[in-house]
Amino acid sequence: MSLISLKKVKIGYGNTAIIDGLSFDIQDKDFICVVGPNGSGKTTLIRGILELLPLMSGKIQFNINRNQIGYMPQETTVDPNFPASVFEIVLSGALNKNPFFYSKETKERALKTLRLLGIEKLEKRCFAELSGGQRQKVLLARALMATDKVLILDEPSNNLDKKSKTELYEIVQKLNAEQGITIVMITHDLDHGNLIGTKILSLHDKDYFFGTTEEYVRKVHHE
Amino acid sequence: MNSLIEMFSYDFMIRALVVGVLISLSAALIGTPLVLKKNSMLGDGLSHVAFGAFALALVLNLAPLWVAIPVVILASFFVLKIDSNAKIHGDSAIALMSASALAIGTFIVSLAGVNIDINSYLFGSILSVGNSDLILASILLVTIISIFAVFHNKIFALTFDEKFARAIGINTKLYNAIFAILCSVLIVLGMRLVGALLISSLIIFPTLSAQSIFKSFKNVTIASALLSVINFVAGLIVSYALGTPTGATVVIVNLFVLVFLKIANRVIR
Repeated sequence: MSLISLKKVKIGYGNTAIIDGLSFDIQDKDFICVVGPNGSGKTTLIRGILELLPLMSGKIQFNINRNQIGYMPQETTVDPNFPASVFEIVLSGALNKNPFFYSKETKERALKTLRLLGIEKLEKRCFAELSGGQRQKVLLARALMATDKVLILDEPSNNLDKKSKTELYEIVQKLNAEQGITIVMITHDLDHGNLIGTKILSLHDKDYFFGTTEEYVRKVHHE
Repeated sequence: MNSLIEMFSYDFMIRALVVGVLISLSAALIGTPLVLKKNSMLGDGLSHVAFGAFALALVLNLAPLWVAIPVVILASFFVLKIDSNAKIHGDSAIALMSASALAIGTFIVSLAGVNIDINSYLFGSILSVGNSDLILASILLVTIISIFAVFHNKIFALTFDEKFARAIGINTKLYNAIFAILCSVLIVLGMRLVGALLISSLIIFPTLSAQSIFKSFKNVTIASALLSVINFVAGLIVSYALGTPTGATVVIVNLFVLVFLKIANRVIR
């Protein structure tokens, strides 16, 4: 079943289109890696899907509710003095389902999510004092609070050391395989031989490719 | 002790106390997200716009609050809009607006030949708050505090990471507008009752103080509200005892507490 369907979308800033004429479908339980060099429009595309940027033309059809999408930005630049506890941040992911106050179920779910990612000990810590890897896990937990359906990740492994990177990818893979969460993830690490995910969207040179990981490998070998 | 009892035997002191506590409390609540979003000067800028609007109302013989509140709300939208377009940066937009409004206000007043005490707008005259002011201010301030309480989770999300909130489908424009309106009403009232100087410092000081002790948004919000009220009451008592202007005294108490907490924090670490 197609959850989100993009038809000939054109997205950009001002009059400059960065993504032009791209069509693809996000199916239920897909794990799509979005690849391409810097400036090829990976983040722009995601901002378009999330309606943070208006479409210049084309159409995005949502077959799910708008509040069933979780989003993990590239590391948020936080003021080192910003007072925010890990628990507060994780809870804020559920704001799209708790209009005023957080329900008891939401709080329990937040604790469960912290345990799932192995960061339950950080619950009361101040976000600004955490390491890069810990912060990324907190932001992933927040994204998970917003959804159990579709997770959109913008270079979650940016600025992480190799160990934290592997750990994070394992978690994302587990979410897809065990909980059936659909994943759309921007990544830089595809070239390093560690292919993850089931499908690949390549934005290289506006020569858009969308297909299974195997098809992508075959195509790259031919070139 | 006796002089404390004597102090609060005056009706005007009781009125000053009630209005001051409500204003300190709401200013601290509104101030936390403003300071954390690096918009501290918004309060300062808007209070000068309020001054301009008051001057205009005086000359046109209109009810000052009903002119100032809409004008300041418009101005706050204007600043926030400029902020997101980033053609004129937030701080220069505020400076621009604040200087122009102050100049226009003074200009209008002197042209019309109205005798107006600019001092009282800058430094406030909380001891001259009348009964009708007290009732109106109490209603508006209690409303501000209740709306803040209902939306505080949303306000946290907007302050910490607005883009994320928008991405998961929160109507950020609506909540930004609600926040701007709360902020504007508070500043107009504060400016009228306690003066431009005091209202902008009540917005900034308590949050900065609370931030040096606490590390979660909730604790900082609660602590800044408590500190703000305590500092105000202390300032009011000191100003009565020493015969100094209330507004200036409250600002000095706030400054003293901030410096004390910063130093204590350094020493403990």
